[in-house]
Amino acid sequence: MLRYILRRLLQAVLVMFVLSLLLFAWLRSLPGGPVDAMLGERATPENRAAMRKTLGLDDPLPVQYLRFLDNAVHGNFGTSTGVQSGTDAFSLFWQRLPATVELSVFAIIIALVTAIPLGYFAAKRHGGLLDTGSVVLSLIGVAVPVFFLGFVLKYFFSIEWNLLPPTGRQSADLNATRVTNFYVLDGLLTREYDASWDAIKHLILPAIALATIPFAIIFRITRASVLDVLGEDYVRTAEAKGLSRRVIRGRHVLRNAMLPVVTTIGLQVGGLLTGAVLTETVFAFPGLGDALATAFTTRDYPVLQVLILMAALGYVIVNLLVDLAYAVIDPRVRTR
Amino acid sequence: MSAAAYEPEVRAGDSLLSVRDLVVEFGGKGRPTFRAVDGVSFDVGPGQTIGLVGESGCGKSVTSLAIMGLLPARGNKVAGSATFDGTDLLTLDQREMSDRRGRDIAMIFQDPLSSLNPVVPIGVQVAEVMQRHQGLKKAQAMQESRLLLDRVGIPDPARRLKEYPHQLSGGMRQRALIAMALACKPRLLIADEPTTALDVTIQAQILEVLRELVVDSGTALIMITHDLGVVAGLCDEVNVMYAGRIVESASRHEIFARPEHPYTHGLLGSIPRLDGTRAGALHAIPGSVADNIPWTGGCAFAPRCTNATAICREQSPALEADPTGIPDHLLRCHHPILPGTDSTHE
Repeated sequence: MLRYILRRLLQAVLVMFVLSLLLFAWLRSLPGGPVDAMLGERATPENRAAMRKTLGLDDPLPVQYLRFLDNAVHGNFGTSTGVQSGTDAFSLFWQRLPATVELSVFAIIIALVTAIPLGYFAAKRHGGLLDTGSVVLSLIGVAVPVFFLGFVLKYFFSIEWNLLPPTGRQSADLNATRVTNFYVLDGLLTREYDASWDAIKHLILPAIALATIPFAIIFRITRASVLDVLGEDYVRTAEAKGLSRRVIRGRHVLRNAMLPVVTTIGLQVGGLLTGAVLTETVFAFPGLGDALATAFTTRDYPVLQVLILMAALGYVIVNLLVDLAYAVIDPRVRTR
Repeated sequence: MSAAAYEPEVRAGDSLLSVRDLVVEFGGKGRPTFRAVDGVSFDVGPGQTIGLVGESGCGKSVTSLAIMGLLPARGNKVAGSATFDGTDLLTLDQREMSDRRGRDIAMIFQDPLSSLNPVVPIGVQVAEVMQRHQGLKKAQAMQESRLLLDRVGIPDPARRLKEYPHQLSGGMRQRALIAMALACKPRLLIADEPTTALDVTIQAQILEVLRELVVDSGTALIMITHDLGVVAGLCDEVNVMYAGRIVESASRHEIFARPEHPYTHGLLGSIPRLDGTRAGALHAIPGSVADNIPWTGGCAFAPRCTNATAICREQSPALEADPTGIPDHLLRCHHPILPGTDSTHE
C-alpha cells in the first residue's frame, strides 16, 4: 500500500515537471510576447531590447527555465496586467479560487446525486422507458453547448420567471461578512443565514449548467458498469444466497460497479475548470474560469501562468486522490 | 410431447424435491423460442445424491437455475412443477423464493473465482447468509463463519476470514463457496459442476467434502456434471440429459454396468482409461450438440447416433422402462444398445 502511494506521488511529480516545461516553452513561443504586451506595437527596438534585458529574456533558455521554476515554487508569477491590473497574480488566484471551488462542489454534487441512481435504475430496467429516456437525456447533456444551456436557463429562470438571480455570486446590498471567501460557508459561520441562502440561489443555475456534461458522462459509465456487474457470477451467487435486495444492490452490485465510475468522477472533477470558463462567463460569476477567459483576451501572461499551472496541479491532485480511493475500495489494488 | 410415460411410482413419500415435466423456454419478441429444458422429471430424497449428466448446452444448468428461481424474469417461460417439501417452488414469487434460497436450498457454482465478490472479504460473504436467514448479528455470524471455514477444510480460518477471493487458491475459493452454501444447513444442495475449474487433486478433496456432507447431515444433493468420474464417486442415481430431455435414468451401478442409450454409451466410451482394458482409440461421439434436431421431429440425438434408423428421424421416443425389464432403469431410445448386442463398447 505504501509503495503504491509512493509510486503514484512520484508519477504526479513527474507529470508536473513535464507540464512546467511545456508551459515554459509555450509562453515563450507565443506571437506577440510579453514585451509587445507591455510596450505596445510602436516601441523602438532599443526600448524593446532594454525591456528584454530587464525581464531576463536575453538569458540562455535553461537559465530562464530555472528562474521560472524558482519563481513558480515561491508563488512569484508577477503582477496581473489585464484581469486586475496591479494585483499580484498569485494572490489573484487565491482570491478567485473559493468561487470556483464552491461552484464546482455544487455542480459535482448535482451530477453525482442524479447520475448514479439514474444509471443504476436504467441498467436494472435495461431497455425500459426509464433507460431509454435517460440515455436520450444524457445525449442531450453532452450535445448541448454549456454556454447555450446557460443562456436558456438564465432566460427562463431569471428573466421570464424571475426565480433565481441571473449573475454574480451574491447580492451586493447584503453586505455580508467575509471570513473564508466561500460565501455559503461564510454565511453559516457568521450566522448570516440569509447570506448563505442568497449565495446558494446564485449558485443553482451556473451549477446546473456546469453539471450537465459530468452528469451525462457519469450516468453513462454507471449504467454500463452496472449492466456489466449484473451479469457477473457473484451477483448470481448473492441471489442464490437469498440476500435482501438492499444488500445485493449495495454490497454486490454498486461496490463493484463504482470502480470505473470513480475514475470517471476524477476525470470530470479535473475537467470542471474547462466548463467553468464558459459557465462563469455566461453568469458573470467571478471565479477562476472567468479570470482565465479575461486573461486570454487581455494577454495577461502572469495570470495565465498561474492559472494554467494551478489547474494542472489541481488535476494531478484530484487524480492522485482517485488512485488512493481506488486502493480503498478495490482490495486487489491494495494487496497486490 | 413431454415425458408422459415417466410416472415414477417409487418413493413418493420420502422425496424432498420432486421435479415434474419441467419446461424452460427462452425467447422473446422477434426471436424464435428455444426449449432449453423439455419435460424433465426427477426426484431426490434426503441423504441421496442424484446426478444430472450431459454435455455443455444439454439443459442441466438451466434445470437447476429454474428450480432455484434464478433465471432472468424476462425472456423465458418456465412450466411444470418443482415440489420441495410440499410447496411448488415454481409458483412462489421472488420474495418467498429468496426466503428459501440459501436457507432451504443452496447452490454451488462452477467457477469459484468469478462466483465470489472480488471486493468483499470472504468472511463477510459467508456471514451475510446467516445474517439474512438466521438473524445473527455481524460478530456472531463472523464467529460462525470461522467455524464453517474450518469445517470445509480451510487452514487458518481466522486469517482467511479477512482475506479477499484473489488471495485464496482455487481449491480454497471453492471451499469458501461450499461454506456459504452450508451456512444455514440447507436440506437440498445443488452443485453445478463444482470441480470443473479445479486441479484433479483438489477435485477429489472437494468431492470428499460434499460426500461427507451428504452422509453426515442427510442433505439431498443434485450434482450437475459432465464428468462421469464425479458421478462414479458420488451419485446414487444418474439422469443423463441430451438436448433438454432425460434420455437415460438409472442407478449408478446400472449406468456404468449397462449403459443402454447410445449417448450414454458414447459418454462412457470417451473416458480415457489407464488400465488398458480398452483396445484402440477413444470413442468420441461424432458431431456436436449443435447438430441436434428438435425432439418434435424425432430423436434429437439421431444425427450423431451410430444406431439411428429411419424411425429415429421421424418419431420422438418416449422415456420408458428398459426393454430387458430391469426396474428403475428408464430409457428414451428406439434402438438401445442391449447387453450382448454391444459392438462399440469394451
